[in-house]
Amino acid sequence: MKRKTIWRNTGLFFLFAGPSLFAFTVVFLIPFLVGFYLTLTKWDVIRNDGSFVGFVNYAEVFRDKAFWTQLWFTIRYVFFTVIVSNLLAIAIALALTSGIKGERWLRAGYFTPNLIGGIVLGYLWQSLFSRVLPYLGEKYGWPLFQTSWLTNTDKAFWALVIATSWQFAGYLMIIYIAGFTGVPKDIVEAAKIDGAGNFAVLRKIVLRLAVPAIVVCVFLSLSRSFLTYDLNLSLTKGGPFHSTELATYYIVQMAFQSNQYGIGQAEAIVLFVVVAVIALTQSYLLKKLEVES
Amino acid sequence: MRARRLNHLLKNALIYAGLVVFLSPFLIVILNSFKKTQYFIENPIAWPDPFRFANYADAFQKMNFMRGFANTLLITALSVLVILLFSSMTGYLFVRFKWKINRVLFFVMLAAMTVPFQVIMIPLVMVYGNLGLLDSKTTLIFMYMGFGVPLGVFMFHGFIKGISYELEESSFIDGCSRIRTFFQIVLPLLRPVVVTLAVLDVLWVWNDYLLPSLVLLSPANRTLPLSIYAFFSTYSVDYGPLMAGLIMTIIPILVFYLILQDHVIKGITEGALK
Repeated sequence: MKRKTIWRNTGLFFLFAGPSLFAFTVVFLIPFLVGFYLTLTKWDVIRNDGSFVGFVNYAEVFRDKAFWTQLWFTIRYVFFTVIVSNLLAIAIALALTSGIKGERWLRAGYFTPNLIGGIVLGYLWQSLFSRVLPYLGEKYGWPLFQTSWLTNTDKAFWALVIATSWQFAGYLMIIYIAGFTGVPKDIVEAAKIDGAGNFAVLRKIVLRLAVPAIVVCVFLSLSRSFLTYDLNLSLTKGGPFHSTELATYYIVQMAFQSNQYGIGQAEAIVLFVVVAVIALTQSYLLKKLEVES
Repeated sequence: MRARRLNHLLKNALIYAGLVVFLSPFLIVILNSFKKTQYFIENPIAWPDPFRFANYADAFQKMNFMRGFANTLLITALSVLVILLFSSMTGYLFVRFKWKINRVLFFVMLAAMTVPFQVIMIPLVMVYGNLGLLDSKTTLIFMYMGFGVPLGVFMFHGFIKGISYELEESSFIDGCSRIRTFFQIVLPLLRPVVVTLAVLDVLWVWNDYLLPSLVLLSPANRTLPLSIYAFFSTYSVDYGPLMAGLIMTIIPILVFYLILQDHVIKGITEGALK
């Protein structure tokens, strides 16, 4: 009797979990473990031997100046993207929750950039930055736009931030709208009767009560922008002169152009640790601002 | 009163104007996709005169749009289908049978969701390259399944927890097997999660570039994001057809969105808050 149950349960397990576990194991778990091993070997495609070298790859990553330059570039990009995209999203969400006609359509409209993959989005902005804006700059004499932003490192940086924020804003807006709708109307009314201005209501009540939404949005925009690749590839292609390579772009180049699998993998793991530490710290800090309504 | 109404009107006008500005990158590209490249360079904000549809025919043919579209559709449909099917079954097993191994596996999957693809991609390409399994749509679909299952199991797990066991019990008493009960009684109840997860996974797989760019090597297998990349790399300055290509690539997902708008918004909100 007992044995029969065991057999039946085993069968049940493989029937219900077998296919997913198989795929998960061979697509995720095994490569994940191989990845750690990879960082401890000297692995490049040409030699194809994979001799064990210990932590040499990590040492190489820490010594590699270009790696730190691009990591710092990525962190700056993430910082400004998080700020710009969240401010934009909050502004749109506030406007849309203020009792406007056709909120549903406006929301749908503001959301559209998010449907489009990074490659298409990057090419779209590339045409704007390299052709349309310089044209307008020439015509109306705006010095800011007279040359293409993509040929200058600092401006290409902002091009990346703007294009990414444009994409994220609609996505974050949806979450902010959900957060703002949860703010009880009577609290806002009471504050207004007590003579609080619009700005004070926004700062002291609406934003305070929407802190959970802010935590989620900052976390999402932060972790997503740290991993940006497609947009980087199609908008700037790392240029001019490799000055706008974000972390993923750099890792892909290292692994699949220079064929340095071990070093590339070590860089990927360093990136993962950096993202995890920053994302968790900010969530912890922001959560402290949470209040009960 | 009057001032207030005027104020209100002004605010509405501002918000709608804001939307036009926000969407102007699209509008400018649409406008110019109907122009000869030369006219675009001369004046990118002028109205197209005459409207030139040849750009679209040109892009359609040069980027081999139908091939990219068919590949993307096939890969997206099958990937999402297997993710939904198998992760719902696994989620069900994990909720209804509190075996130790199930709890451990569930925890491992949750942990896996925090690991970015960047950490997996290099060993993934190495292992599957050594096995000679790259450059195949089947491999890609299988990989999407492996990467998509954890979120699926997590979402189904959360939903099935709230379903009472009584329905299933009465079905067993009627002599139904576990698997039949799952498909006939439980699965229909999972509709809300199925829709949410399907939306999230469709947007992910349809737009994904990095994974297919590493797995699909031959032009015959290219998905739309790969086709548009190849198209831009080859015809980098012929903006007319390139912009038409961009618009054509956007249209399918836009149609998907227009049809399922509310589900998409709901799916995105729930997916983000999970």
